[in-house]
Amino acid sequence: MDDYSKVYPVLEDTELLLEAALKEVKKDDIVLEVGTGSGYVAKNVKDRCKFLVASDISPYAVRVAHNQGLNAVRGDLLTCFKKKFTLILFNPPYVELDEKELTGDWLDLALHGGEKGVDVMRRFLSQLDDALVDGGRAVMTFSSYNTPDVYEILDKSGFSFEVISTKKLFFEMLYAVRIFKES
Amino acid sequence: MKRQLLDILACPVCKGDLTLEVEEEKDEEIIAGTLICEKCNEKYPIEDGIPNMLPPELRDKV
Repeated sequence: MDDYSKVYPVLEDTELLLEAALKEVKKDDIVLEVGTGSGYVAKNVKDRCKFLVASDISPYAVRVAHNQGLNAVRGDLLTCFKKKFTLILFNPPYVELDEKELTGDWLDLALHGGEKGVDVMRRFLSQLDDALVDGGRAVMTFSSYNTPDVYEILDKSGFSFEVISTKKLFFEMLYAVRIFKES
Repeated sequence: MKRQLLDILACPVCKGDLTLEVEEEKDEEIIAGTLICEKCNEKYPIEDGIPNMLPPELRDKV
């Protein structure tokens, strides 16, 4: 049975990733969405590309994705994928929760990005080269809360990158960055 | 899962290719089965149509 209360809901960052993904996706793309959560982004991108896979570490999220007709894979970031994708989408957990805020529930993993909120992004970027074909792109979201740390990590990753969409919230700014792997 | 996914999945432990053993298949979807790494022999279950590709240490923890 689907349990939507245990998956990350559609929020401003989800909408921003979709907006940026729709700018980026092309008809012949082989797309992977990592951390698909509710499957909202994947569902709205899948008919605009050749093939799409949605993955998540949470059993609830992959169940929701599968039941929406998506190709669902339960996995830890990019560890279980071959170097086959032309476009990878990721709305990572980007806040730092303190011990009192951690509930021990699956949603912790959807929210908690480790110290300064950038640990999961750092892992993702360190795995990206093994999943992205030459000339491939990734679109990743982050928050003003993660700057400047996220820019240092992006600089060190060796990929070129540019911010392609932004969204202003009351307390913070959200960004979607396009990451490009040279051929 | 669809058989097509075999082309894009790798063993999360050693990045080896996987072999599919089907237990139940319906309308071109693998409902139950096992993915086995050709290199390190680690096994990954497919349950209710979804492959669980978590590495063994995470599979038991989360």
